Amino acid sequence: MLPETPIRPALARSAAATATTQRPDARERVLPRSWRSPTTERPLVRWLLIAAALAFLGLVLVLPLVLVFVEALKGGIGVYAAAISDPDALAAIRLTLTVSAITVPANLVFGLCAAWAIAKFQFFGKSFLITLIDLPFSVSPVVAGLVFVLLFGSQGFFGPFLSANGIDIVFAVPGIVLATIFVTFPFVARELIPLMQEQGSGDEEAAISLGASGFKTFWLVTLPNVRWALLYGVLLCNARAMGEFGAVSVVSGHIRGFTDTMPLHVEILYNEYSFSAAFAVASILALLALLTLSIKSVLEWRHGESLKTRRGH
Amino acid sequence: MDISVRKLRKEFDRFPALHGVSLDIASGELVALLGPSGSGKTTLLRLIAGLEFPTSGSIFFGTDDASMKSVQERHVGFVFQHYALFRHMSVLDNIAFGLRVRRRQDRPTEAAIRRRAGELLDLVQLPNLGSRFPHQLSGGQRQRVALARALAIEPQVLLLDEPFGALDAKVRKELRRWLRELHERTGHTTVFVTHDQEEAMEMSDRVVVMSQGRIEQVGTPDEIYDQPASPFVHSFIGDSNQISVTIDKGEVFLDKRSLGPLAEGIPDGPAKMYLRPHDLEPTDEPAGAIPGEIAAVRRHAGSRMIEIAVGERRERIEVAIPATKGWIPEGTQTFRPRRWQIFPTG
Amino acid sequence: MASLALLRLRQQSVIPGFGPALGFTLLYLSLIVLIPLGALVLAAAGLGFSEFVALATDPRTLAALKLSFLASLAAACVNAVFGLLVAWVLVRYEFFGRRIVEAIIDLPFALPTAVAGIALTALYAPNGWVGQLLAPLQWKVAYTPLGVIVALTFVGLPFVVRTVEPVLRDLDRDVEEASATLGAGRLSTLRRVILPALLPALLTGFTLALARAVGEYGSVIFIAGNIPYVSEIAPLLIVIRLEEYDYAAATALAAEMLAISFLMLFAINLIQASSRRRFGHAA
Repeated sequence: MLPETPIRPALARSAAATATTQRPDARERVLPRSWRSPTTERPLVRWLLIAAALAFLGLVLVLPLVLVFVEALKGGIGVYAAAISDPDALAAIRLTLTVSAITVPANLVFGLCAAWAIAKFQFFGKSFLITLIDLPFSVSPVVAGLVFVLLFGSQGFFGPFLSANGIDIVFAVPGIVLATIFVTFPFVARELIPLMQEQGSGDEEAAISLGASGFKTFWLVTLPNVRWALLYGVLLCNARAMGEFGAVSVVSGHIRGFTDTMPLHVEILYNEYSFSAAFAVASILALLALLTLSIKSVLEWRHGESLKTRRGH
Repeated sequence: MDISVRKLRKEFDRFPALHGVSLDIASGELVALLGPSGSGKTTLLRLIAGLEFPTSGSIFFGTDDASMKSVQERHVGFVFQHYALFRHMSVLDNIAFGLRVRRRQDRPTEAAIRRRAGELLDLVQLPNLGSRFPHQLSGGQRQRVALARALAIEPQVLLLDEPFGALDAKVRKELRRWLRELHERTGHTTVFVTHDQEEAMEMSDRVVVMSQGRIEQVGTPDEIYDQPASPFVHSFIGDSNQISVTIDKGEVFLDKRSLGPLAEGIPDGPAKMYLRPHDLEPTDEPAGAIPGEIAAVRRHAGSRMIEIAVGERRERIEVAIPATKGWIPEGTQTFRPRRWQIFPTG
Repeated sequence: MASLALLRLRQQSVIPGFGPALGFTLLYLSLIVLIPLGALVLAAAGLGFSEFVALATDPRTLAALKLSFLASLAAACVNAVFGLLVAWVLVRYEFFGRRIVEAIIDLPFALPTAVAGIALTALYAPNGWVGQLLAPLQWKVAYTPLGVIVALTFVGLPFVVRTVEPVLRDLDRDVEEASATLGAGRLSTLRRVILPALLPALLTGFTLALARAVGEYGSVIFIAGNIPYVSEIAPLLIVIRLEEYDYAAATALAAEMLAISFLMLFAINLIQASSRRRFGHAA
C-alpha cells in the first residue's frame, strides 16, 4: 500500500549544497584588515581625539587638583599638621560640619515631601512648581547671600525687629545655614522627582489596597525604591553645602573662629599669604570632593539602573 | 544586478556568526533570508551591504568584486529594522539626503533633488507628508519613508532588515502586498531578512532558510514547504510532527510494525519520520497505517486538530482533518500518511 | 483653607498625604526661596525708577556685567567645543582609564569653588606650573580677563559633558549606518546627522554652563585680579558694594543679575520645547 505522492527522502542539506557551491571560481580568501566600520573613525583620528580630550581635562581639571596637594605638602608634614590643627581651622571644620548637618536633613525632608506631592498626585501648576524648585540653581550665590542680608541685616526688612530682640542672623551661624540651604535647595528633590514620576504610583496603590497605612507604604515601598537616588542627592547636597563659598561669604562677616567655614578659612589664609596653610585646609576639602566623586561613581556603576532617569545637572 | 556570495565567513570576537556561506541571487529576484534569531541572517545582509567586514570570502555584484568596497561605494539601498530615519530632518529632507551628500560634480540641482524626492513620496503613497517630521508619522508611514529614502540613490540592490518587524499585524499585511507590488514594478534585486515564515513564503521568489550561521536550504516557497531539505527546515516551517522509527533495508518500522518500504536509499538504523498534520488521514485499512490513541480534539480555524499518542513511546502528534467532516474520533484510530520525509538520526 | 482649594484642584487618589506633603513643600519653598527673592525684588522696586536706572547703568556696574557676561560666553563656547569632544571620546571610544575620566568630569561640582580658585590661580600665575610656560609667549592668564575665562571654563565643563553624554549614548548607530548606505562619508555623517541630533543637548549644556558662569564668584575672585573696569566681575561688585554699605547699588546689581538668570532659565525652556516639538522628546 504505497501513498499517492511519495517524496524523495532528502538527506540533510543536500539541496543547499547543490544550489550554491558549484561556482567554478569559488575560492576561499582571507581579506586584509584595512576595512573599517562605517560608524567609527580611523585609529589615528581616534587616538588624536582621545589625546586632545585628555590634554584638555588634564589642564583644566587634573592639574589644579594635583597642585592643591603638592602645595599643601610643600612646607613639609609639620607645617601641614600645624595648619589643620590650628584652633581657627578646627573651628572652621566644626562650623562646616554643623552647617551641613542642619542643611542636608532639612533639604532631605523637603525633597521627599516635594517628590511625594509631585510624583504621586496630579494637580494644577505642577510643572511651574518644578521650575520654582530648580530656581536656586540659576541664582548667583552672591545674590543668594544678599537676599538674606536684605531680609535680616541691620538695614533689612526685619533688621530693626531682630536687633531690638537681640537676635543675630546675618553675620552669624543662622545666616550661614539659611544661605547654604538656599543654594543646595534643589539637590535632593531634583534627583527624586523624575525617578518617582517614572516609577508611578502602582506600587503604593498595591500596598494600600493590601491594607498598609500611608506611613507604612512610604517606609516599606516608596523609600526602598528610591534609596539610591536619595543617597545620590544627599551626597551632592552635602558636597555643595560643605563647599559653598559665595553665598556664605556674603552673610558670614568673616569672624575668625566663629563664622568662618572651611572655604572661608581658605580664603582668609590665602589673602594673608599663608599659602601652605591655605592649601592644607583646601586639601581636606579636595579629599572630601574626591571621596564624594568615588561614592558617586560607585553608586553609578552599581546602581546605575535605579538612578537612570537622572537629568543633567 | 545579480549578487553572488562565496564562502562568506564572519567571526565576532572569535565567535563564528557565519560559517562559509555561499549563495547566488539572480537579477530582479525577491529573496527572503529566513531563520530564528542568531541564525546569521542579519549578519549576511549586513555583509552584503558592506556594514560589516567578512573574516573571509567574497561578495560579487554582477561581475564586480565588491568585497573590498566600502558601504558608500556599494551603492545599495538599505532599509533598517527601526527605519533609522533622521529625526531632525523633514520627510522630504530624509529622502533627499542621499542625493545631497553626493560630490558636487555628481549632485543634481536642488530643484531636481526636490522633484525626485517628491516623485518618491508619490511612489510610496505619501504625497502630502513631505514637510512632516518622522516622529509625526505612524510606523507604517515611517517604513515607507525609509524605503523611499533608500530608493532615492537609485540602487540596483535593495536590502531590508526585518522590514515589517516593528509593525502591528494589520499594517504588516498591507505593506507586504504593497512591497511585493512595488518590487514587481521597479524590478530591484531585493533581499530581505525576516523571522516570520509566513512573510517569507508569501512575498519572496525564493527563500533562504538559515540556522546557526549556515544555509539549511534555498528554494521556492513550494520547495521549502513540500521538500524540506533537513529536519530543521521541516520543523521550522509550518506545523511539523515527528515519529521515531527504525529503517531496515528501506522498510520503515514503527516499533515492530511495518509502515511499508518508504525509505529507499536511507541507511539502516534509527530515523525520524516527519509529517505535516494535514498529510495524515484517517483510514480503516490497517496495513501501512499509523495507529494512535486519541488524546485530544480541538477546533482550529477550518480544521479539526486531533492529538494522538503514537507507538510505545507515546509520541504526541497532530492530525488535521477538515472541520466540515463532522467526525469526532474516539479511542484508537489508524491514520495513513500521504506525504512524509525521513531523516536518519544518530 | 488654601489646602481645601488645592484638594479640589487635584484628581482623586487612594494615596494619602497630598495635603501635608504639598503644604510643607510650598511653605518651605516660600520661606527659603520665594520670600527672600521677593525681598530683593521689593528692595529694588523701593529704589524708585530713576535711582534704579542710575545705579543699574553706572559705568562700573556695566563694565562688571559686561565682563561677567562676555567671559561666561567665552567659557561656555570653550566648554561647548571641549565638552562635546570629551563626551564623544567617553561614549564612543574604549581606552585605559576611561572610568576614572568619567568620574573626574564632575570634579567642578564636588570641589569647593574657593579651592578651585586658589588652585587655578597658583597654576596659571606667572610663576605657576602652566603660567611659567606661557610667560615667555607674553601670555598672561592669572590676574587678567583671560584668567576669569579659565576659572569659568572649570566650573562650566560638567554641564556640557553631562547633557550631551546621555543623548550621544542613546543615538542609534543605525542612523549613522543609514547615512553611510546613502553614500555619506564619515565627516558628512558627522556634520549632517550626528551634530544636528546633538544640537539641542549641546545648546542646553551651553546655556546651563553660561548661567552658572555668570553668577560664579568663588573660583573667579582669586584668579581675576579684580581691577575695576578690567577684571572685576558682577558678583564681586555686589560684595564690594555690600562692604561699602551701599545696599542700594548692591540691590540694583543683584536685581539685574536675577533678571539675567530668569532670561537664561527661559532660554533653556525654549530650547527644550523646540526640541520636543521637532524630535518628539526633550534634549
